[in-house]
Amino acid sequence: MPLYHNDDQAMLKDSVAPFVAEQAPVSHLRKLRDSADATGFSRALWTQFTEMGLPGMLVPEEHGGLGMGHMEAGIVLEEIGRNLTPSPFLSTSVGAVAALARAGGTQAGRWLPAIASGEAIVALAIDEGAKHRPDRIASTATRAGNGFRLDGKKSFVLHGHVADISIVAAKTDGGITLFAVPKDAKGLTADPRRLVDSSLASHVTFDGVEVDADAVIGEVDAGQDILDALLAATRTGAAAEMVGVGQGAMDMTVNYLKERKQFGKLIGEFQGLQHRAAHLYGEMEVARATVMKAQQLLDEGSEGAKLMVSVAKAKAGRAANLAVREGLQMHGGIGMTDEYDIGFYMKRDRALAEYMGDVHYHIDQVARMNGY
Amino acid sequence: MSELDAFRTEVREWLEANCPAEMREPVRDEGDVCWGGRDWVFKNDAQKQWLEACVAKGYTVPDWPKPYGGAGLTPEQTKVLKQEMKRIHARSPLDSFGIWMLGPALLQFGTEEQKVEYLNPIARGEIRWCQGYSEPGSGSDLVSLQTFGEDKGDHWVVNGSKIWTSYADKADWIFCLVRTDKANKYQGITFMLFDMASKGVTTRPILLISGNSPFCETFFDDVEVPKTQFIGEINRGWDVAKYLLGHEREMISGGGAGGDMVSIGGAFAKAFGKNAAGELDDPILRAEMAAFDVDVFAYRAMGERFMDMWKTGRAHPASSNMMKYVGTELNKRRHELVMSGGGSEALEWDSEETKGGARARGWLRTKANSIEGGTSEVMLNVIAKRILDLPGA
Ligand SMILES: Cc1cc2nc3c(=O)[nH]c(=O)nc-3n(C[C@H](O)[C@H](O)[C@H](O)COP(=O)(O)OP(=O)(O)OC[C@H]3O[C@@H](n4cnc5c(N)ncnc54)[C@H](O)[C@@H]3O)c2cc1C
Ligand SMILES: Cc1cc2nc3c(=O)[nH]c(=O)nc-3n(C[C@H](O)[C@H](O)[C@H](O)COP(=O)(O)OP(=O)(O)OC[C@H]3O[C@@H](n4cnc5c(N)ncnc54)[C@H](O)[C@@H]3O)c2cc1C
Repeated sequence: MPLYHNDDQAMLKDSVAPFVAEQAPVSHLRKLRDSADATGFSRALWTQFTEMGLPGMLVPEEHGGLGMGHMEAGIVLEEIGRNLTPSPFLSTSVGAVAALARAGGTQAGRWLPAIASGEAIVALAIDEGAKHRPDRIASTATRAGNGFRLDGKKSFVLHGHVADISIVAAKTDGGITLFAVPKDAKGLTADPRRLVDSSLASHVTFDGVEVDADAVIGEVDAGQDILDALLAATRTGAAAEMVGVGQGAMDMTVNYLKERKQFGKLIGEFQGLQHRAAHLYGEMEVARATVMKAQQLLDEGSEGAKLMVSVAKAKAGRAANLAVREGLQMHGGIGMTDEYDIGFYMKRDRALAEYMGDVHYHIDQVARMNGY
Repeated sequence: MSELDAFRTEVREWLEANCPAEMREPVRDEGDVCWGGRDWVFKNDAQKQWLEACVAKGYTVPDWPKPYGGAGLTPEQTKVLKQEMKRIHARSPLDSFGIWMLGPALLQFGTEEQKVEYLNPIARGEIRWCQGYSEPGSGSDLVSLQTFGEDKGDHWVVNGSKIWTSYADKADWIFCLVRTDKANKYQGITFMLFDMASKGVTTRPILLISGNSPFCETFFDDVEVPKTQFIGEINRGWDVAKYLLGHEREMISGGGAGGDMVSIGGAFAKAFGKNAAGELDDPILRAEMAAFDVDVFAYRAMGERFMDMWKTGRAHPASSNMMKYVGTELNKRRHELVMSGGGSEALEWDSEETKGGARARGWLRTKANSIEGGTSEVMLNVIAKRILDLPGA
C-alpha cells in the first residue's frame, strides 16, 4: 500500500478541510474561551459533524458506522489540529470506538451505534497522576453483588464532566478490566479543570461506584488488550492532530515571514530565519509520513503497529513543538499577544504533548520494544 | 493486489534460487561493494554470479525499460523487489553513478540512440562513470564553473580542472559540466560525456581525513570531445545537471535509513550489557540512542512515502533536497553515537579486531554526507526558495 492518500481519502480531505476551516476556525475556539463555555466544545458543531457522518467513521458498519480506518480518522484529526477545533472526536470517535470495537459484546452493541449517531460522548479515564503511566493503574474494581465496586482517582479526563459514559481502566484480581461507567453513577464525581489550551479535563473520583457485571467492556481481567487498542488509536490520533497543529503554526509563520518588514526587507529574506523554517519543514514532513505509517499499520492490523505508534507520537510531538516554538519566536512581539493566534497553537500543542504519553514516555517505549 | 502478491512469490523464488549465500551477508568493507567497470576485479565468484544473475533479469535497474537493460517493473513491483531483497539481506548487485545519476538524466533528456548506447553498459556494470561537476573555485556556486570547451566544428577542445571527482581514477567515462559560452552564465554550460582514457585527461587522488582516497583532482589538457557526446542541448546542460542532482540527492539521502542496523540501542545493548531492569546500562546514552532510534524509524517512513510519491510523480520536485538534508544529518548523528558506543576501542585506526579502524573511518567518511552532492546549507536554501517560496532566497 503506497504511503499517500488514495483517491477516496483525498476526496474525504477535500470535503473535511473546508468544512472545519469554515465552521470551526481558531476564532471558534476563541469565542468558546471568551464566553467561559462550560461544555468544552460546541454541541451545534458536533451536530454538524454528525450530519457528515464523522463521529461514526471508525464504527463498524454493522453498528451503524462507516467502517473506515485510522488513515481516514487522521484526515479529520489533522484538520481539527490545524484549526484548533475543540471537539470530543478523539476520545469518543477514535479512542472509545477502538476499545469497544475490539471488545465487542454488550457494551459495543449499546454504545457504538450511539456514537455513530452522534448521541453519545465518551470520555477515557486512564491516567491517575500528572504523567501518563498506564502500566501502573491503581484504581480498583472489586466484585460486589451482581457487579463491581470501583474505587480510585483518575485525572486528565477530557470531557469527563459531560460525557455520557467514561471508559474506566481498573485493576481486578487477575489483571486489568475496562468498564463503561455512566455519567450519573452514584459515587462518581467529575471536577472539571480549565487547561492552558482552554479545554476542560476532569479529575474524576470513584468512591464506591457500583456498576453491573455487564458494564464490563470485553472480559473481566482481559482488559489489557482492549486498553492497548484504545491507547494505540488515541496516541495515533493525537499524533495526527499534532501534525495539524504543527502545520497550522508553520503555515501561519511562513506567511508572516512574507509580510513583515524590518531593516527595509521582508524578514523572510534573512537566511537566519530561512534555514530554520526549512529545517522545520523537513521535520514536519517526516512527522507526517510517520503518522501515516502508524495509521497504515494499525489499519492492516500489523504487528509492527505498536512500535510505529510510539514513534509517531514522539516524532509528531517533537515536530509540532518545534513548529509552535519557532512560530512564536518568528512573530516577534506580536506573537506574545493574546490577540494573535500563534499562542493558541503553542497552548494546544502543550496539551496534546501530554495526552496519552509525552515524547519522553514514547522514546522510552521505543527503547523497550527494541530490547534495551 | 493479488497480481502483486503473485509477483512477490515469483521474486522470492527467484531470489532464493539466484542470490548466493555470501551475498546475503552484511557489507564489511569497500571491497564488498560491486562497482563494475572495464577494470573491475570481482572479489569472489559469488559477487560475479550475483551480478550476472541480476543483469540477466534486468534487476540491476529494475524500473528501467527492458530495451535499456532494465526489467520494466512498475513502482509497486520495484518496491516489492526491494522489500524482498531487504528481507533476505541481499546486497546490492551493482553500485554505480551510472545507475543513480547519469541513468535518470539520460532517461529524461537522452535521445533514443543515446539511451540504447549508454544505458545498457551501465545496467550490465560494464562501464563505470564519474561525475565532473565541482571545480576548485566552484563548489556550492556550481554555475560559476570555468572548465571550457572550445568549439572546433565537429568537436570541442576541453581545458580546465575538476576537483573532488569521486573515483575518477577508477572510472571509465565521465559526465562533465563544461562551459561552452562564457557570456552566458546559466545557458552557457554543456553536459558532456567522454572517455577518461581520452588523451589529455589526468587524475590525482586526494587523501581524505578517513585515510582513504576515493576522490581526485581531474585535469583536462586539450581533451577532444566529439560534438555528438552531450546530453540535452548545447549550452543547456544546466537543466540536465540540476535534474541529475535531484537524483543524486535522493540517492545520498538513503544513508539516513541506516541499512541493516534496525535499532542502534538494540545493537549496542549487547556490548554494554543491561541493568536489572533490562535497560542498556548507561541511562544517558540509552536516552540518546532511543531518541535517535525514533528519528530513524520516522525517517524510514519518510523514505517510503517519499519514494512512493517520487516514483509516481506526486513529490514536490525539490523534495529530494529535504530528504538529503534530513537523511545526511541523521547519518552523521548515527556515527557520532556509534563512536560513543564504541568508546576507546572505536578509536583504533588499523587493528585487526576493528577491521582496520572501520568505525573511526566510517565516522569520518559520513562527515562528507552533508557536503557532497550539495551542502546542508544549500539544501536549506533550496527548500526555502522552491518549497516555502520565501522572498529573496
Ligand atoms: C513582553 C514584552 C515586553 C516588551 N517591553 C518593551 C518595552 O518596555 N519597551 C519597548 O520599547 N519595547 C518592548 N518590547 C518590544 C520588543 O523589544 C520587540 O518586540 C523586539 O525588539 C522585537 O521586535 P518586533 O516585535 O517588531 O519583531 P520583529 O523585529 O518584527 O521580528 C520578527 C522576527 O524576525 C526576526 N528578525 C528581525 N530582523 C532580523 C534580522 N535582521 N535577521 C534575522 N532575523 C530577524 C526576529 O528575530 C523575530 O524572530 C516588549 C516586547 C515584549 C514581547
Ligand atoms: C566525499 C566527497 C565526494 C565528492 N564527490 C564529488 C564528485 O564525484 N563530483 C563532483 O563534482 N563533486 C564532488 N564533491 C564535491 C561537492 O559537491 C562539493 O564539495 C560541494 O558542492 C561543496 O562545495 P565546496 O566544497 O566548494 O564548499 P563551498 O561551496 O566553498 O562551501 C563552504 C561552506 O559554505 C557554505 N555555503 C556556501 N554557499 C552558501 C550559501 N549560499 N548559503 C549558506 N552557506 C553557504 C557551505 O554550506 C559550506 O558549509 C564531493 C565532495 C565530497 C566531500
